[in-house]
Amino acid sequence: MSYRKVKYLLWAIGPILLSGCSDIELLNPKGSIGEQEKYLILLSMGIMLCVVIPVVSLSVFFAWHYRATNTKAHHDPTWHHSTAIEIVVWGIPIMVVSFLGWKIWHTTHELDPYKEISSATPAVEVDVVALNWKWLFIYPQYGVATINVLDIPVNRPINFRLTSDSNMNSFFIPQLGSQIYAMAGMETRLHLMGTETGTYLGRSTAFSGPGFSGMHFPAHVQTEEQFNEWIKAARASRDVLDDSAYLQLRKDSEDNPETIYGSVKPTLFQQVTAEYDCTKKNSLRHDGDLFHCTQPGSVVMENH
Amino acid sequence: MIAVTSTHMNEAQHHHAHDDGKKTIVGFWLYLMTDCLIFASLFATYGVLAHATAGGPGGRDLFDLGYVGFETLFLLLSSFTFGLAVISAHKNKKGSAILWLGVTFVFGLSFIGMEIDEFTHLIAENAGPGRSAFLSSYFGLVGTHGLHVTVGLLWLAVMIHQVSHFGLNAVTQRRLACLSLFWHFLDLVWVCVFSIVYLGGVL
Amino acid sequence: MLGKLSIEALPLDQPIVVWTFVVVAILGLAVLGLVSYFGKWKYLWTDWITSVDHKRIGIMYILFAIVMLLRGFADALMMRLQQALAATGGAGYLPPHHYDQIFTAHGVIMIFFVATPFILGLMNFVVPLQIGARDVAYPFLNSFSFWLTVMGGALVMLSLFIGDFAAVGWVAYPPLSELGYSPTVGVDYFIWALQLSGLGTLISGINFIMTILKMRAPGVTLMRMPVFTWTALITNILIVAIFPVLTATLALLSADRMLGMHFFTNELGGNAMMYINLIWVWGHPEVYVLVLPAFGVYSEVVSTFSGKPLFGYKGMVYATCSIGVLSFFVWLHHFFTMGSGANVNAFFGIMTSLISIPTGVKLFNWLFTMYRGRIRFHSSMLWSIGFMTTFAFGGMTGVMLAIPGVDFVVHNSLFLVAHFHNVIIGGVVFGLFAGMNFWFPKAFGFTLNETWGKIAFWFWFIGYWLAWTPMYVLGFKGMTRRLNHFNQPDWVPYLNVAFLGAVLIGIGTVAILIQFAVSIRNRKVSADRTGDPWGGRSLEWATHSPVPFYNFAHTPVVTSLEQHWDDKIAGRDPNAVRPYEDIHMPRNTGAGFVIAAFGFIMCFAIIWHMWPIAVVGLVGMIITFIVRTYNMDTDYYVPAAEVERTEDQYARAAIKGAV
Repeated sequence: MSYRKVKYLLWAIGPILLSGCSDIELLNPKGSIGEQEKYLILLSMGIMLCVVIPVVSLSVFFAWHYRATNTKAHHDPTWHHSTAIEIVVWGIPIMVVSFLGWKIWHTTHELDPYKEISSATPAVEVDVVALNWKWLFIYPQYGVATINVLDIPVNRPINFRLTSDSNMNSFFIPQLGSQIYAMAGMETRLHLMGTETGTYLGRSTAFSGPGFSGMHFPAHVQTEEQFNEWIKAARASRDVLDDSAYLQLRKDSEDNPETIYGSVKPTLFQQVTAEYDCTKKNSLRHDGDLFHCTQPGSVVMENH
Repeated sequence: MIAVTSTHMNEAQHHHAHDDGKKTIVGFWLYLMTDCLIFASLFATYGVLAHATAGGPGGRDLFDLGYVGFETLFLLLSSFTFGLAVISAHKNKKGSAILWLGVTFVFGLSFIGMEIDEFTHLIAENAGPGRSAFLSSYFGLVGTHGLHVTVGLLWLAVMIHQVSHFGLNAVTQRRLACLSLFWHFLDLVWVCVFSIVYLGGVL
Repeated sequence: MLGKLSIEALPLDQPIVVWTFVVVAILGLAVLGLVSYFGKWKYLWTDWITSVDHKRIGIMYILFAIVMLLRGFADALMMRLQQALAATGGAGYLPPHHYDQIFTAHGVIMIFFVATPFILGLMNFVVPLQIGARDVAYPFLNSFSFWLTVMGGALVMLSLFIGDFAAVGWVAYPPLSELGYSPTVGVDYFIWALQLSGLGTLISGINFIMTILKMRAPGVTLMRMPVFTWTALITNILIVAIFPVLTATLALLSADRMLGMHFFTNELGGNAMMYINLIWVWGHPEVYVLVLPAFGVYSEVVSTFSGKPLFGYKGMVYATCSIGVLSFFVWLHHFFTMGSGANVNAFFGIMTSLISIPTGVKLFNWLFTMYRGRIRFHSSMLWSIGFMTTFAFGGMTGVMLAIPGVDFVVHNSLFLVAHFHNVIIGGVVFGLFAGMNFWFPKAFGFTLNETWGKIAFWFWFIGYWLAWTPMYVLGFKGMTRRLNHFNQPDWVPYLNVAFLGAVLIGIGTVAILIQFAVSIRNRKVSADRTGDPWGGRSLEWATHSPVPFYNFAHTPVVTSLEQHWDDKIAGRDPNAVRPYEDIHMPRNTGAGFVIAAFGFIMCFAIIWHMWPIAVVGLVGMIITFIVRTYNMDTDYYVPAAEVERTEDQYARAAIKGAV
């Protein structure tokens, strides 16, 4: 390839590469966990490209150079073994994988979603319930709850506890970092921290049925003052999330609007997880119950 | 060159014809290993769900070791009598082979009869397969074994007829060998079921 | 009697489905009409449907896979179009329930009814030839396996017109796939189609292990088996080790749905995580089941068209075996985000990245096979080089996904989707097409048209990169898989490019069909009289094209890894050796077809809760099988005179061709 062609190519690709990072959410993280994960992505990709690009180039080069019509190329029709090459071809991947393996061990512990983020500022607790097909966020410290909208303060660790009251979903805000499953009868944990204010898209990534596409929410990372203001406003909401409101809420519905509950039953999250305790008799759902939102729910929560 | 090749050829063909029965038996072995994996999956499921009684009865409330002991006895005895049938077959004693196969069939049938009776009782006591995950995994595991024994019984019946119809030729001998493997395998699985599900559930 | 089946089950309200049905019905009637017009029913029955010849079964497998590929690809195009249309808040043209069925069907069809049967077809055709055998170990079971797979595929196709298909994703995670959340028959179609084809695959696995272990010609030691046969052996060991788990898992899911049990439900103690573990214990090795034989194809093709022995044969064998072993220790990487501890995640992450070592070695070995060769750019060689340049990137993104810290942000994203299409299209599908172009003359006696073969390759290759590179980027942009509609204008350009890529792949697929048509028209010109059109190196090229039904006039006697190549160098022609001898062959039987057909009836009846009919199907299967065991006349001898006559015919044709 001539110099001029290379120049044109750089002209064409350069802006894409430069603008790429700001356009591409995972490479432009706004949270402490996401920042580490971006580093890990670039590191692993960089190291492997050091092997992949030469291999791919060599395949093309060998294919071209040793083409049948190129009678000038060295020809050795019986050559099929070389201990030295064998050592190299086993050695290179072993070296790369050894390094990556060490990195994996290290970073998996570092980035364990269950690991609390150490910070001078106190953490905010958020309990998350995946419902068909919306996200319920409960703020136990503040006694408020929301549907399909998440407000969190910047630079404070957020401790999520997650469960589901229906299908399995996965809770994910790409620009903040890791995702984790929300499953009925299980309580999973996730720790994130936003480091820059702004609004980031969050959604479920585990397919959960016809309303799945609507299971997204804006995550507003706010300054401390904005967050306090927001809590104040939320508490002023007259919507109350008690047992009967919850029974209505857990029925199937799609594309739910953002909702804020000024007060929430304190034990709601525990109730939802206990409902599926495998050692206790728990409620049975009937066919139409959750599939058609028009039918009344048959779950009796008072049993617990 | 020609001579060398054709001797090899003869050997190969000779070998091929002789090997046929053995090939089937090894293949059947392989099949049993896959069946073993089905049971392994069911045992694993049982292991995970054994405590998920959902407030319903557990193994201690349901299992009658004495009753299951008799079931086990019948199945073990049937394995023994199958052994006798195979010995008779090897000695080319058609009559006694059929007799012992018949005895095996009766024992196997008694086992299945008792199992069906046990299941009916459980279902009547509101401890059916839909009561809890524990009971689902119990019925799933024990029922799959029972289904296998039922298939074995059908096979036994066909073999009794084939032995009397065709006599003890290479084909029926081979099939008896496969069935015998199958039957002993089911016995072995039952020993695991008995120790893990019943003993483990009660103790 | 009809259970849940009623007139409402017909999707008459969905115009897309109705029109598809009309087209399928017209095409189907046309085919039936042509067969009747030419009076070919008897020929079809005696020569194909009842055939136990591994070569014919192999050809039928591949034909079936190509038909299913067209369906699976139509699904793919519809998905791409929907996402391109519904990216800015619109609803697109497919409502969620329809769209969800399409992506489920696409995955199920491509894995179970395209890739798997294509692989099985190649193995069926090639393996007995490469080891110098006359047939597989159990020819009747082979026919049975094939028809089970076809009946499974038929169930999936039927779900398009009667009732609906699963709308839960191709691995059907509960609780979504449980009755409470998926009350229609869709998931039941999924379960029973896979049970039929899974049983078929399992029996094939046993069959091929026994074939490879017990039926090798004298002198074919394990370390003299061509690499394709080696990969087939490992693949079949994997099949035998994992398909029982699939059968058990789907049976439990079915018990939940049909018998009201609680294995994987939310309620009464069920545990969905158990299902997710079990399905991936099957599911991860399954991808190696698909890709290993493709690696085998590349090994044969690259060595043949480079005119050199494969570099590092032993390394290739060890690499294949270690991939087989490692594949059992990686399943948890499909759900790093389930909340297992860091130790568990790290273990499975490291085990997964270990697989890239033997895979990397394989890539290097192909590279050094080309080194100092004389490379001819036959279309199967193009597919192989295309694979090497594409697959390396798929391997890289695979290792990235194996790093839990990376997976936490790209799990379930389009990055993941792009990764597995990168390795399945760039790894498996390219290999299948390479194998098809490579072995076609062995099957039919004439070569495939090269021009159209190369056109197909370039459209597929460029289409692949256009369709999937934007997907990688979209994954980094946080786009989740399986979305029906969304409001993200910045994703639109990427989705449009991806759609364009899919269209190019579609053109590539049409080019393959044209390739068939042109090749059949030119079959006289492109006839292969030599039996060895590419300068082959392994035993299958030692016999004629098309291969006579008895494969080899004499059972080959093997003394080296590349027996055929060495024979050519030394000027030996093993076929010309006389006298010929009688050849022992299995007789054709319709039992496999009939049992599988009863199986189809049973499964269809179970899906619709038509219990009396289900019993008829079950009893029909059992009785047919028992009746078959009373037939002691299952084999015969081909007289030496007939062998001689056939061989002479081939010899005359070869001389005529040479003149």
